[in-house]
Amino acid sequence: MRVLVIGANSAIARACARRWAARGNDLLLVARNAERLARTAADLDPRGTGSVLQYPLDLDRIDDHEGVLRSCFEAGPVDLVLVAHGSMADQALARDDSRLALADLHTNALATIALLTNLAPRLERQGHGRLAVISSVAGDRGRPSNYPYAAGKAAVDAFCEGLRGRLFQSGVGLTLIRPGRVATPMTEGLAAPLGLQTTPEVVARDIVRALDRGRDTLYTPRYWAPIMWLIRHLPTVLFKRLDF
Amino acid sequence: MSAATLPSWGRYPATDQRGRDCHWREDIERQLGAIDTTLVYGQGRSYGDVCQASSGRVLRLSGLDRVLAADWQRGVLRVEAGMTLEALLALCIPRGWFPPVVPGTRQVSLGGAVANDVHGKNHHRRGTFGRHVRKLTLYRSDRGWLECSPELEQELFEATVGGLGLTGVIAEVELALMPIRSSRITCFQTRFGSLDEFAALCTDLDQTHEYTVAWLDCQSEAGRGVLSAGNHCDDGELVVAPGRGLGIPFTPPLSLVNRLSVGLMNPLLYRLQGRRRRATRDYAPFFFPLDNIRNWNRLYGPRGFQQYQCVIPAGDAPGAIATLLQQIRRHRQGSFLSVLKPCGDLRSPGLLSFPLPGISLALDFPWHPRLAALFATLDQVVAEAGGRLYPAKDAHMSADLFQAGYPAWERLETLRDPALLSRFWQRVTGVGRT
Repeated sequence: MRVLVIGANSAIARACARRWAARGNDLLLVARNAERLARTAADLDPRGTGSVLQYPLDLDRIDDHEGVLRSCFEAGPVDLVLVAHGSMADQALARDDSRLALADLHTNALATIALLTNLAPRLERQGHGRLAVISSVAGDRGRPSNYPYAAGKAAVDAFCEGLRGRLFQSGVGLTLIRPGRVATPMTEGLAAPLGLQTTPEVVARDIVRALDRGRDTLYTPRYWAPIMWLIRHLPTVLFKRLDF
Repeated sequence: MSAATLPSWGRYPATDQRGRDCHWREDIERQLGAIDTTLVYGQGRSYGDVCQASSGRVLRLSGLDRVLAADWQRGVLRVEAGMTLEALLALCIPRGWFPPVVPGTRQVSLGGAVANDVHGKNHHRRGTFGRHVRKLTLYRSDRGWLECSPELEQELFEATVGGLGLTGVIAEVELALMPIRSSRITCFQTRFGSLDEFAALCTDLDQTHEYTVAWLDCQSEAGRGVLSAGNHCDDGELVVAPGRGLGIPFTPPLSLVNRLSVGLMNPLLYRLQGRRRRATRDYAPFFFPLDNIRNWNRLYGPRGFQQYQCVIPAGDAPGAIATLLQQIRRHRQGSFLSVLKPCGDLRSPGLLSFPLPGISLALDFPWHPRLAALFATLDQVVAEAGGRLYPAKDAHMSADLFQAGYPAWERLETLRDPALLSRFWQRVTGVGRT
């Protein structure tokens, strides 16, 4: 199996890639920081992977997507694409600084949507494969403490829901992944919501299993599914009073 | 900054300690510059205060757990120091390699294994962990990145092996592995009725077995116990043991290990596991029996526990250990897990390495104010016999006892990174005390 990992230096992507490497899969890694990408690849190589190819790419530069994705797909069919890149500015600042808010929105929403738009016809032509997109529980409902971040995730969620229906027609799957708070460099120094925080390894185990089973959506760890159901169904008159 | 406090394994002394995570090596540079003094906290498996920063602010390297290079032909692995022994085992066992030295738990980081120069059941054959380290990469606040090995920066290397994490942040470890043909262990168990019998058995079995260790019934008069010896099987499967079993979900309000339970369990254990027998076992229950009970330290209740681990030089070891046991009985204390281990004469490169040729004894006691008096008596016996205590397990030893047992401590102090300081080092050297 050939797996394309986008945002491969992220902690969650790395933990997933280790699992795929141990299965002997071929890995194509895309990430912004080339020097870190080399370290990520060196870590995966001795774990039993078939091959590891590195493609440095700043995903914010949407015009550069085409060249990298073309070379990824030229070498052969891609069976699985994990879209794991993301950023989160200090939300307290982003609430009052549109430049910060828009920079995150560019990375988390626009760059992701551009990427998915580019990937969709390639996967359709293949007639098989699966897209796995990492969103967040934050995308389910905007909260006062992080709505600039939540807005980007919500955009991707709606986009993916439609894209899933389109790809279904040609036998391509799409799994939307909503992790809760994970201890990663992106969340370093932040208090965990409801005191719930998990590790990239736990999330990766859930993700790999959900992809094996071809699930449409995944909350990980699993306890987030009932929690988010409650939060989604909380009446607005109540929800607006919860400053969290 | 982590929300929860990061305790030591014995949970005594209880301090409020917070950590910052490092995910890439650049993070170490940034974080070490940002705090006055700090310390690296690995997996929190040392028992006392060697893993407690005097500032209460530690660095965690759990994100620095990558493989840097693997040579599966020669069995040399270069990894980041935050990798756990469990992760390392999962990597190397399927390829027919095993770490030459493993401690009693696989939940330790490799950086911690170097910093405490851990030993295992094969000390008589392979010495300590540090003997198998080929190279270390350190980051120091005053000298930046540097590599050290037995050939390169030799003095710094010797100070770092067993150097309690004080000579710089250990970021990368290059380890020589040993080949195995099976992940299973053939083991042999037999009872002994006294400490002299134990010493005689060891002399015999150490010749024919890679691994030897003994469980001791510390309430018995003569020092009876059960000795197990083992070897890697010659052929068979190379299988990674599954993860951990059940855990202790919360801390009971009182220690479940107490005089009553210890008094009941020790004779029972002697009877149950005592019979002479041979068997083959998975490597995990043989090396890491307690890993199957996650958070077993919680059994000791909110006040935690203290371990007393000493090594007594060969000549007088059975006599001194008999005196220690006598004192424990006299103080009406009992240890649930008492472990005897013969230590060989292979020298560690480490300046402050713990083992000496002789016998090591480890005892666990639920924390109690009365322990101080018992430990003072035991310390005297150890000092008179020319022995010493294991810093990784210690939360009480006096500066005098430490400095007598580890005369090289002053050399370590001159090589210490000024940005790294533990509560242990402050306690036993007086450095940085105001």
